[in-house]
Amino acid sequence: MTSHVLSLLVEDKPGLLTRVAGLFARRGFNIESLAVGHSEIPGLSRITILVDVDDVPLEQVTKQLNKLINVIKIVELDVSQSVQREHLLIKVKVDSTTRSQVLEAVNLFRARVVDVATDAVVIEVTGDSGKTQALLRVLEPFGIRELAQSGLLAIGRGSKSITERVFRN
Amino acid sequence: MTTETTPVPSAPASAEPEMLTGSGAIIRTLELLGVTDVFGIPGGAVIPLYDELMTQTKIRHILVRHEQGAGHAAEGYASATGRVGVAIATSGPGATNLVTAIADAYMDSVPLLAITGQVFSTSMGTDAFQEADIIGITMPITKHSFLARRAEEIPAAIASAYHIASTGRPGPVLVDITKDAQQNLAPFIWPPKLDLPGYRPIVKAHGKQVQAAAQLLLAAKKPVLYVGGGVIRAHASAELLALAEATGAPVVTTLMARGAFPDSHPQHLGMPGMHGTVSAVLALQESDLIISLGARFDDRVTGKISEFAPSAKIVHVDVDPAEISKIRFADVPIVGDAKDVIADLIIAWTEVAQAGASDTAEWWTYLHGLKEEFPLGFTEPTDGLLAPQYVIQRIGELTGPEAVYAAGVGQHQMWAAQFIKYERPNSWLNSGGAGTMGYSVPAAMGAKVAEPDRVVWSIDGDGCFQMTNQELATCTINKIPIKVAIINNSSLGMVRQWQSLFYDGRHSFTDLNTGHGTAMVPDFVKMADAYGALGIRVTSKDQVDDAIKLALATNDRPVVIDFIVSPGAMVWPMVPQGVSNSFVQYAKDHAPTWGDE
Repeated sequence: MTSHVLSLLVEDKPGLLTRVAGLFARRGFNIESLAVGHSEIPGLSRITILVDVDDVPLEQVTKQLNKLINVIKIVELDVSQSVQREHLLIKVKVDSTTRSQVLEAVNLFRARVVDVATDAVVIEVTGDSGKTQALLRVLEPFGIRELAQSGLLAIGRGSKSITERVFRN
Repeated sequence: MTTETTPVPSAPASAEPEMLTGSGAIIRTLELLGVTDVFGIPGGAVIPLYDELMTQTKIRHILVRHEQGAGHAAEGYASATGRVGVAIATSGPGATNLVTAIADAYMDSVPLLAITGQVFSTSMGTDAFQEADIIGITMPITKHSFLARRAEEIPAAIASAYHIASTGRPGPVLVDITKDAQQNLAPFIWPPKLDLPGYRPIVKAHGKQVQAAAQLLLAAKKPVLYVGGGVIRAHASAELLALAEATGAPVVTTLMARGAFPDSHPQHLGMPGMHGTVSAVLALQESDLIISLGARFDDRVTGKISEFAPSAKIVHVDVDPAEISKIRFADVPIVGDAKDVIADLIIAWTEVAQAGASDTAEWWTYLHGLKEEFPLGFTEPTDGLLAPQYVIQRIGELTGPEAVYAAGVGQHQMWAAQFIKYERPNSWLNSGGAGTMGYSVPAAMGAKVAEPDRVVWSIDGDGCFQMTNQELATCTINKIPIKVAIINNSSLGMVRQWQSLFYDGRHSFTDLNTGHGTAMVPDFVKMADAYGALGIRVTSKDQVDDAIKLALATNDRPVVIDFIVSPGAMVWPMVPQGVSNSFVQYAKDHAPTWGDE
């Protein structure tokens, strides 16, 4: 099984997320991550789904998603042809002896500290999963108290937009 | 009523749009879409709609006795005509009672419009009385669904639903309408704007792919046209006949496609699949080219998929792209409407065939040999009781191909698919994908409403009949004279057959005690009488024809014939579940010992 990133342009209608998520569940496909938000066009949302599936079932899931009336377009975003980012908030335990080591890691990874307490810091990091996973490995020995993670976001490189061809006709 | 003081349906250009209640808008929208018949039963959340239904004259409302009956009746109506069937139910349990019929329509691609009442929009989400999230419940079994919370939204919701249900691959669409949306006034604007940017069914096929299909057909030595229900939904029977005759290829029609190609046609090998004819099963299994037209490689057709038709290339024609290569890889995928694609294929074939096609004489010799050696047939039961196959065959012979036959699910369904000869599309209605027991009586009722001039038979089982027979009341009261043949083997026959063959004859909970040598509860003849139908009991062969003729002559009320048949009769041929189609068994005596299925 391999991971694929699907970008969906969808109508912003009630129940849309249920329709998409339900389809994955009943056809037996696993969603690894999901990110939903508005697109640049009012009334249209963009869903980025990371799915772990072989090529043949991927074709089937894409076709089934296309059958959903509120789904306007689906593209698979290849890693080399797109920018892919995750966003993490990590609460790490610190004390007077470990604080400087944690801050050093934050700087090395070009992450940021967004909240400080006497015994913990909250770190914000953005990057591809290789970078975020590496940072987590570095921070783990200090004690990760809490972790919140966005779904993967992805957008194609270059000037083309997935919306432009939809509305050309 | 406003609906009666303004007889002109389309709003005049200059005038202000007419104000209608949401209920009035539902009815007006249905009228303008050309709906003439609806099936339903009122309840709290649709009282406003029913109040307005009472006084209008353009739509015939048939009051059913159970919402499942409304759903299957709408399906029967749709399947007999190709038009959209409409079912109405109230909120909560009314809506959930529609669920089985909606699931059935989804599996068999039936254009069904389900309209359900919903609690007041202000009460939604509070667990109000008779509240159910019917849109959530039916999401996996509808093509789409709409919620109308305001009267203004109703015309577009219903018109969109109707459009989606009836185009592309047909299917059920649900419109859930809150009670306040039904009650409130709104300007009625027609036609509404259909805002469906994500819905673009592909109907016209790719020319190159059609050419590729024609080339494969040209080279094939063992071609077969594998015809599915999509050909019936696409009204493509005439094109299919032309293609078959132009190419000379053998034709098999699946359970959903019975009638798509005339049974009397010499190129027709019959039905493939678990209970298909030997010639149809082996034609698919041993072919070198399968041209699938509106079929979906169902497991009941393919048997063990990894061993299905190992030498065949596949041309897969379907209006639904998701069906193509879902089960079996398609060498030539063609997305499009069967009617258009077949027409294009005939043109492409005519051009390439001038060069001379492969010789299929050897293939035909083989298939003719199979047909002769293994014709459809049955043996008389050893218990001296009636053969169910004989009864069904005689119904078909005495009634003829212009009738409509609606079966339930089980042994009688298979026999009705095998032993009645279908010559025209839409004459055979059944629950193929979902396998819904109880489909037959209400579906026959719906078909009779749609096609009042045709004889409509419900070929039912004693188990199925007990699930939905209350619609006989609907038939009697509304003068819908269907004819019901109960193939009464006193048991859940198909399960019993599997128990006999694969579970050492352990008939666990399959005896229904309705037939020979039992308490006969209920007594179907008395039951028919209680419903105001003509009840007839047949126990021996010499009574069969007279009973059928009496039924055919009786048109002032429904008829129920209780055919007491042998519980020992089995459906043959059979491909046991999970094995290759190469192991099709002609009859029990011809079967080697089967291990665990």
